[in-house]
Amino acid sequence: MKIEAKNLSKIYKGKRALDQISFCLEEPKIYGLLGKNGAGKTTFMQLLAGMMQPTSGEILVEKTNPFNNQRLTESICLIKEGNNFKKDLKIKNVLTISSLFYPTWDQLLALKLVDEFSLDINAKVKALSKGMESALGIIVGLASKAPITMFDEPYIGLDASARSRFYEILVEQYQEHKRTIIFSTHLIDEVSLLFEEVLIFQEGKLLVQENTDVLRQKCISISGTIPQIESFITDKMVIDTKQFAGVMTAVVVGIEIEEARTNGFTVEGVTIQQLMIYLTSYKGGKIEW
Amino acid sequence: MYRSLDESKPIYEQIKEQMEDIIINDSIPKGDRVPSTNEIANFYKINPATAAKGINQLVDEGILYKKRGVGMFVTEDAKGILFQKRKNAFIKNFVIPLKTEAKKLNIDSQELLELLTKEGKTIED
Repeated sequence: MKIEAKNLSKIYKGKRALDQISFCLEEPKIYGLLGKNGAGKTTFMQLLAGMMQPTSGEILVEKTNPFNNQRLTESICLIKEGNNFKKDLKIKNVLTISSLFYPTWDQLLALKLVDEFSLDINAKVKALSKGMESALGIIVGLASKAPITMFDEPYIGLDASARSRFYEILVEQYQEHKRTIIFSTHLIDEVSLLFEEVLIFQEGKLLVQENTDVLRQKCISISGTIPQIESFITDKMVIDTKQFAGVMTAVVVGIEIEEARTNGFTVEGVTIQQLMIYLTSYKGGKIEW
Repeated sequence: MYRSLDESKPIYEQIKEQMEDIIINDSIPKGDRVPSTNEIANFYKINPATAAKGINQLVDEGILYKKRGVGMFVTEDAKGILFQKRKNAFIKNFVIPLKTEAKKLNIDSQELLELLTKEGKTIED
């Protein structure tokens, strides 16, 4: 399903959470939605899920506004950080309600995952630990098979092995059934291999939208003596520099690894997590990719 | 083999290199099937599109070929192509940096040659 944001703005609790952002998510892909706290990620996902109205601009799914539009929102599943389900419901009730809401619901998968994450189907939501409640959210997100599925920091309290299992199942499920998955997390290093495309938000603006491997290729870190690096980077796009013990390291956008190597510099890749940190602390204006 | 992936360079390139290693060291001989895009994605927990990009480039380079509905197979010429390619990469990634470092240390070509033939001994030895 095609998702379009057109000059999308949202003022939320007196703050401009989203500031005239425009972009398009065309293909069913796994998207990473990254940014610091308060960058507007959650606001964007809630708008896309039709849970609130934009202040101005538009969010469109297949050219239609998702707000108060059940025919559309039954194709959109948003799993939040917590409080996804009513506390008095039993797990099996949560699954039944979800199966009635999502036409694409896969009950067999849901039951398999309940078993996999060792949940008791008769337990009430309020009796679950934080980790178990997160597991239930993940189960509903996966089993919804909704054409647009969003996970917004879905795993508070979930241990490393359960998270790892979640990523495995996500890849398997995605291959069986291609759909748009939007994933927002602070544990970027854990999941960045799953992202086909990354969007980085900064103070309500979209900083970058790009294929993940293209970002890995375009952004490198080079080290050498201070005068060498200083003269090399004068005409380059530099997003971070550091100096230590006579050595200078610069994070440069848009140069070839070979070019840096033939200059005798030490060249290293930059992880998506590091890139997000550099970009969101960069104060030098527009970045030319 | 089966090194874990890192983010030092594009993931599709690393998938490509790992498949190349498997072919070069005969783990999968010519004519045999290599893992599918889905199998690779599941194994490494990476995006299937990324795995597909690496595999498709190997097809373009004549190292793998597709049999419709069956899978991907190692071509007859795969190893020959890879050796040539790796030789070029060897010059770029090892020989040139070696010379650059040697120059930094004032090691001339004569001395460098001696060091290369002397096999694993440092100056103290």
